[in-house]
Formats: sequence, structure tokens, C-alpha cells
Amino acid sequence: MCLAIPGKVIEIVDAGRQIVKAEVSGVRRNVSAELLGEAGQADCVRVGDWILIHAGFALARINEEEAAATTRLFQAMADAYADELMALRRSEIE
Amino acid sequence: MSGRDEREDPTTGPRSGRRTEEEVLARIEKARRRAPRVTDERITLAHGAGGRATRRLVESLFLEAFRNPVLEVLEDQAVFDVKGGTLAFTTDSYVVSPLFFPGGNIGDLAVNGTVNDLAVSGARPLYLSAGFILEEGFPLEKLRRIVESMQAAALAARVEVAAGDTKVVERGKGDGCYINTAGVGVLERRVRLGAARARPGDVVIVSGPIADHGVTILLARGELELESQVVSDTAPLSGLVASLLDATTSVRCLRDATRGGVATVLNEIAIAAEVGVRIDEERIPVREEVRGACELLGIDPLHVACEGRVVAVVGPEEADAAVEAMRRDPLGREASAIGRICSEPSGTVLLKTKFGGTRIVDLLIGDPLPRIC
Amino acid sequence: MRFVDEYRSRDSAQRLSQEIAALLGSRAYKMMEVCGGHTHTIYKHGVEDYLPEGLTLVHGPGCPVCVIPMGRIDDARFLAEQRDVILATFGDTLRVPGGRGSLLDAKARGARIRVVYSPLDALKVAREHPEKHVVFFALGFETTAPSTAATVLRAAREGVRNFSVFCNHVLIVPAVKALLDSPDLRLDGFIGPGHVSTVIGCKPYQFVPQQYGKPFVVAGFEPLDVLQAISMILRQLSQGRAEVENQYTRVVRWDGNPHALALIGEVMELRPHFEWRGLGFISHSALRLRDAYREYDAEKLFELPSLRVSDPKACQCGEVLKGVLRPWECKVFGTACTPETPIGTCMVSSEGACAAYYHYGRFQRRRADGARPL
Repeated sequence: MCLAIPGKVIEIVDAGRQIVKAEVSGVRRNVSAELLGEAGQADCVRVGDWILIHAGFALARINEEEAAATTRLFQAMADAYADELMALRRSEIE
Repeated sequence: MSGRDEREDPTTGPRSGRRTEEEVLARIEKARRRAPRVTDERITLAHGAGGRATRRLVESLFLEAFRNPVLEVLEDQAVFDVKGGTLAFTTDSYVVSPLFFPGGNIGDLAVNGTVNDLAVSGARPLYLSAGFILEEGFPLEKLRRIVESMQAAALAARVEVAAGDTKVVERGKGDGCYINTAGVGVLERRVRLGAARARPGDVVIVSGPIADHGVTILLARGELELESQVVSDTAPLSGLVASLLDATTSVRCLRDATRGGVATVLNEIAIAAEVGVRIDEERIPVREEVRGACELLGIDPLHVACEGRVVAVVGPEEADAAVEAMRRDPLGREASAIGRICSEPSGTVLLKTKFGGTRIVDLLIGDPLPRIC
Repeated sequence: MRFVDEYRSRDSAQRLSQEIAALLGSRAYKMMEVCGGHTHTIYKHGVEDYLPEGLTLVHGPGCPVCVIPMGRIDDARFLAEQRDVILATFGDTLRVPGGRGSLLDAKARGARIRVVYSPLDALKVAREHPEKHVVFFALGFETTAPSTAATVLRAAREGVRNFSVFCNHVLIVPAVKALLDSPDLRLDGFIGPGHVSTVIGCKPYQFVPQQYGKPFVVAGFEPLDVLQAISMILRQLSQGRAEVENQYTRVVRWDGNPHALALIGEVMELRPHFEWRGLGFISHSALRLRDAYREYDAEKLFELPSLRVSDPKACQCGEVLKGVLRPWECKVFGTACTPETPIGTCMVSSEGACAAYYHYGRFQRRRADGARPL
């Protein structure tokens, strides 16, 4: 359930009301960051952060390290598959 | 719920006496082909959205009432012989909101739309009529701007607005300005085009990035509070079509992918020609921003309108020549062969996804609605 | 698109597919993707093309539109028909059939209905139309409830008085529990909802392995996320483990989002019971506004008919929602019940199992195997 899309914070529009501008592939929208914590908290959203947008709210901050770890895992799988294909092709040629 | 027992498992079919998946699919196909009936008691916006509801209304009410051989083919224009030649004739009404949007306004949209409906029959557009339905209180300044862009569009498309009409309705009974345009063109080529002419092996080509117009309008309404640089692709396709038909001889059919988007056009071709259409998501040009807006709103770009893109079905041997001919035209720089016509599954459009899976591309039900789940 | 395209790679999918086939071996397993978002992903991207035959995916009830009973749709329609009321709703609800037709039908008859992308947009409509009363048709699981709560708090803070909420937020855990207690369903593992879990975290699912002995893997919504979650479940099964695991670590934290949970707790409280389409009444399974926010509660401001409307006899949405029937096994699937003339909710929502299957999956995969355009 619940369609949510990753977007990048490109501007803090209203720090008090926790409104930020987020961009998804060049499309921008004001999004409320108030689900992520009280205004002025140490971990409040900054420009450059990636957030998950759902119904006009930032639902979560994307953990880029975790994302990179998952991506690396997938990349390793893709490489392994490509290697296997290569090996297979080579064995066919021989 | 612990452990498995030997009882027949209800979540895996088929069970005895139950229909198999194949039987169900066959029955659905039969139901899909049955003569459509309008069961709705009232007109809803879905009837105007270009998807299945529109088709049902047109086929069951208008076609039944007006049935004749020219109308029956249900192309975007009527093609008929007169003494000394063959004419193409079409009409279209424009009720776009907002009237002015990035990349155009209701005026050039009305001219280009009718020019394109003529062009995709292979005709050279000649004359248009323009009927204005204006709301009491509508600023003349806006009307002037609309009319000026109509004239500019007519010049660009080499047609003349040769007849017109004006009506004014009471305030509150119209949305500022509606325009109806009708157009005639002449078929000077021998080629006859039609959705039913597509045959297995043919290649499907789209003349440029899809969904620009629909996304522009959705965003320009402002209700979704989305900002972007996307502009409508509204443009006259008569030049591009002429270059394509000059360069090739095996074009089977051309359609401008307006309401209901490329998905609707391809489904119409699949149904009319009793063929399958298989397209490849990786080859379908979609601008990044358009894709972003569609992902955000949960809509499929294949269902979103274009106003300056043509979908062509061309014989396999001329596919490359057709793409090149389109790319030589400024409106067709990003033309791309996106798939093929196949014999199976008849009446169905299948998409190979970027991910590598396969799914159906269906007709749209009503307007694309932004969704959250 | 960053954080999207990386999770749609064909080569990684091939590799995961091999891994899944190896882990499955000659066994036959059945897993439920609880969440309709996953159902949508699976069909939209063609994930099943990467799965071995012995693995069956059962589509679960995690679709807020699918589980809303017809009576609540009628109530929403009643609200939209009140003088000087504008009903603001997500686009998802418009085609859902109630006992008296859909909201789209009501709109065609003159009811004022506005499609919004966010509850905050509904509040904005209220500010722009001080002469009208705007009711926001709130629905969704814990993913969406915090947004509604935050919007109510903002309305209160800014003193907007012509705004209220028709609250239909439901909770995921009671639904999963109801499924597990249902006698006619046996599953080997669960693909857990990702976006709900950004709010509630992973802990609330621990009863699934602990009490029912089933693996539960919270997963993201891109196709590779789904494949990876399947492989994680298979690994648990092959090692004889049953645990809650988190595949969607890039956004889901083990403890969820305490601030969002606090917002829900501030504005909303549990209903003693709530009717779910297909699943019946489930106690403590939904939220309503607290009494302190009664002036924003459409159920208190308006005398809703609140009639119970039983599902049409032919409709087997309940069985489909519980995963007992596959969409095409329903008696009316694709013939009497289609996305255009839906009888049941599963055929309406883009997350509904029937709609997803009808729109995207209605073809013979075996025949489509040679699907290599160009």
C-alpha cells in the first residue's frame, strides 16, 4: 500500500512550519517534513538529504549508506551473473 | 495453522470442478469482444477520457445511430471519394483547462489537433473551420491571444481557417472558451492507412517522447502543487507525416496518440487488426521530468496524452528508413522503434518491462487519477 | 531516478532468480505479500517471470481501498452530498462501488468532490473556501495516518474551523493476525509491508515468527527488493529459522518512526472494532479521532447514515483478500466484474489483486515466454 517516491531536498521553504521543497526527476513540490521530528531538532532535514515522499509528507529520510550497501549487493549479483554468462559463452565457443 | 496437512490446498488451483486459468482468460477475451453496451445512467468524465468508457459510448450509441461504411472504421477522420479525388474530413472539440499552459494554449491545440487527425490519414490538410463557444464575461484580450496563436499554428501547418462560428453562453455555463474545429484534407497519395492493416512482423514506431502534453496539463491545473519545466508537445504533424510517406511505401497505419495515450492507440490497433502488439519499455522515449511526475502520481506515461506525437506501424523492411525519415524532421528527432506486431496474443498489447518481465498494457479506465496507494 | 533505477536491474534479477530457484529446489512454497503496493510492483514489472514454478505468491489484504466496507463509501458519498460540503479525497477512492454507487457517480450528479494529493491540500481547499466545509476522506494504513494527524494538528494550530476528517485509517498488525488465524489459509512466509514499517518499525511483527513460526521479511517496493525478500524468506526456511528481517534498510528502522507514532497517538485512538471488507469485524483494528479533536471529526459533526451494506453475493473479494482464492478463481472475475464495472474493491484499487492481475497479468505467461520485441 501507500505509494511513496524518493526525492531530494533542494530548499528549506519554511523552517518553522517544516516545509521543504523536494525534487523528483526535475519535478518539484513542497513537502512537509514534520513527521521526521520537531522543528529545530538536531536531526531535522537538510538541503541535499533524500527523503521518501508520501501524500505530500516526508515519510522517512533515506539512509544513503544502507542504500549503497543494498545497491552494492545487487551490483555484485549482476556482475556475477554477467561473469557466468561470459563463462557460458566461452565454453560454448570452445 | 501449524504444519501442512494433506487436505487439498485451497490456494492453489485448479481444483476439481473449478475453472482453470486458461478457461477464465478465454472467457474474459470473449467478454471483451462482446458488443459494448452503455450501462451507465449518466455521462461521467470517464466517457470523455478516451479510454474504454469513451469507446463504449461511441460504439454503442453514436455508431449504432449513425452507422455507415465511412464512420464504421472508427478512425480519427472520415476518408471518402468525391468526383476527382479522395477527401479526409474530421472534427474535434477542445475544452482544455487551463486555457493557457506551458507550450501552447487552446487555440494552437485546436488547430494542431485537427491538422493531425487529417495528417494521420495520409491527407494534406487544406481548410479548417473554427467554432467558438464563449462564456459571457470572457476577457477579449485572452480571446485575441487564442486567435493569434490559432493563426500562427494554421500558418505553420499550411492550412487556412476558412469558416467559423461564434456563440456566447451565459456566465457560469461555460469554462471561458471552448473551441470546435473541423477540417478537410485531400489524399494525394495512393497509400491507404488504417489500424486494421497492421500485420505480424510490422514494426511500431513512436515519433518522440510520450506524455508531455498530459503531464503539462495535469501540472498546469495547479491542484497537485507540482512544479516542473515540462511543456506541451502540441505541434502540427503534417510535415513529419509527409516526410515519412515520401520515404516509405509500407506504412500500414498512423495515429496521433492523444487522449488515452500510446496505450490506447496500440490497443485499438491490436483489436482492429486482430493481432498482438509487443513493445519494449526500454525503447519508449519518456522525458525524465515526465517520468518523475508519473512516478509521483502513480500514473502510467503510456496512458497520458500527447498532442504532437504519431504512432506508426511500418513494414519490417522499412523500419529503419521510417525512423530515419522521422528523425530528419525537427518534431521527430527522438523517434524510436518501440516494438513489433505479432500474431499472438490477438487483441492484446504486451510490454517487456525494463526489469525484464512481461505485462499487459490495457486501455485506460477513465481519466488517469493521481493515487497514493 | 536515484533510489529507483538501481533496483530495477535485469542482470541482478537474473542472479537473484537463480539463487531463488536454487534455494527452493524441488519444494513448493507459498508466500504472501501482505501489501497491495507489492502486488502492484509484482504485476507492473513482471516479477513473476523470475520466479520458479514451485513458488506461489498469494496477494494479501494490505490495500486500504480494498478493505473499506461499502457502508463507509456510502457515508463518504453522503458527506459529499451535504449542502456546502466539499469532499476532498485521494484519487484512489473515486471508483470504489458503495451500496449507492461510487463517488464518481455522485460527482456526476453534482456532489462536490475534489481530488487531492495530500491531506494538506485538503486543508488548503478549506482555507480557500471559507464559505464551505471541507471533509477529508482519510484512509490508509499507518503510512498515511500520521499525515492526517499532522494535518488535523495544523488545522487546530491555525484555527481553521471549516475542515474535518472522515477517518478510516486502519492498522496492519490486526489484519495480519486475522489472516494467520484464518483456518483455510496456509502460508510459508510473509513479504512484509515496507512503507507502513517506516512508521511502525519491524518489532510489531515479531509475533508472526514467535507465535506462528513463519518468516516475515519487510521489503521495499522496487522489483529487486521483492526478489531479495523472497530469497531471504527461502533462506530462513532452508535453515529452519523463523524471524522478522528487514530487507528495506534504506528507509525502515527497526523501531520505526517514534515521532510519527506520537503524532498518531496525539490525535487518534483505537476503535473498539472496525469492519474490514472480506475480513469482517476485527477488534482494535482502526483509528478514530480523539474526543479532544471532535470539532475536526466528520463522524461527530454530521449524522452519518452508517448503514452496514453487505457485499454483493457474487463478490468473493473476501476470499481474494485472504489469499484463499487467486483473482481469476473468483466466479465473476473478468466477466461480470471488470475494472470498468467493478463489483468488488479488489478490482478497483490499482493495488487490488484483481485489478493488478486484470490490467497487467491477464495473459498466458507460457505463451508469452518468447516475448522479446525486436
